[in-house]
Amino acid sequence: MSTHNITVTVNGTARTAEVDSRLLLVHLLREEFAMTGTHIGCDTTHCGACTILLDGEPVKSCTVLAVQADGHEVMTVEGLEKGGKLDPIQDGFWQEHGLQCGYCTPGMMMTSYALLKRNKQPSEVEIREAISGNLCRCTGYVNIVKAVQYAAARQE
Amino acid sequence: MIPASFDYHAPSTLADALALLEQYGSEAKVLSGGQSLLPMLKIRLAAVGHLVDIGRIAGLEYVKEEGGFLKIGGATREVALERSPIVAAKYPILLDTARVIADPIVRNRATVGGNLAHGDPANDHPATMLALDATVVVAGPKGERTIPVTQFFKGLFTTALEANEILTEVRIPAPPPRSGGAYVKLERKVGDFATAAAAAQITLGANGEVTKAGIGLTAAGPVPVKATEAEKFLIGKMPDDATVAEAARLAAQAAKPTADRRGAPDYKREMARVLTMRALKTAVRRAGGKA
Repeated sequence: MSTHNITVTVNGTARTAEVDSRLLLVHLLREEFAMTGTHIGCDTTHCGACTILLDGEPVKSCTVLAVQADGHEVMTVEGLEKGGKLDPIQDGFWQEHGLQCGYCTPGMMMTSYALLKRNKQPSEVEIREAISGNLCRCTGYVNIVKAVQYAAARQE
Repeated sequence: MIPASFDYHAPSTLADALALLEQYGSEAKVLSGGQSLLPMLKIRLAAVGHLVDIGRIAGLEYVKEEGGFLKIGGATREVALERSPIVAAKYPILLDTARVIADPIVRNRATVGGNLAHGDPANDHPATMLALDATVVVAGPKGERTIPVTQFFKGLFTTALEANEILTEVRIPAPPPRSGGAYVKLERKVGDFATAAAAAQITLGANGEVTKAGIGLTAAGPVPVKATEAEKFLIGKMPDDATVAEAARLAAQAAKPTADRRGAPDYKREMARVLTMRALKTAVRRAGGKA
């Protein structure tokens, strides 16, 4: 067993921690950094509840070691709101009722946020394809797609 | 779920990575994208003493044409294949394959080299690389060696890679003019392993006859299957419906799937037949022929 001193930029702020080799990134965020917006769902790389952005790309943080994020940039759901103003994707989930129980929501929003950074006006098919690694067991996909479309129409 | 304890190493050069593998021997395991290995460590199907992460070694991520080959760096992410203009223009079979591996989020981490080196016959790249007659390039303590993909898969989760070697590149011979390929997968849901899947790569001659054929099958036995009888059958023939149907039947005969929750062997073999037929028809169409 080895420990490592790592520095990870989380939502723009450099954070340091001493971590075990086997610590997962999701546990670093939730337990070391007390940022519980990122959820743990299936814990088996299927559900996408733990999706965060690593250097701008959505990844499942239950399937990345914390030490692998050393020197990299992480963005979590807590980083969406800026200066008290919701990101359009958050606004979209609110306005279009893109959540029921809310468990998948942080992951859905991070994946959708990254999609809109890459593709300003995705088609419905492209949205559904992008979120195909995020499971909503309330099966609220219709409103989730609407929420992403709402954000696409209103982003800067 | 937490993996059993291990030491983690993040070498910045290939030489350092190889030295670590040499030092720790069978206790070491190479970590690439980690999308198969980390889940296995978490559910404790696997345990390692030392993880050697090749993710910080520069120069292992590329997709380029060179010397008559398409060269894919071992640590190239699947998403890079999906976004590669070369792949989109010339290797539709690779685009087909990349797009059905796991899900888009996993593909942001998962690597092409990892997909092969993991040695899982249910992974998608092996069948495609068999159809494309690819070669893998391996770095080891004595330098580099190349292994044809046809000799790479030795058994379930076992490949020709030695414990002190790292897969650094996949080389695909550039297909001649009038070539086309396709990968068709049946999965229960996005992110699942294939119930069955087929890869087909075809080259047509001046009269539209098949001059070259490669067929690979996913989840069709303990190792990825190259359907050599079906390939041989196609050579010199016009790829009409009857010929394609017979080739698909021969390919399915080479499949030795096992029963699991995705289905019984007979069902999977039948699916292998149907999917081979579809992959061949698309391959022929993409090669500019009629199908």
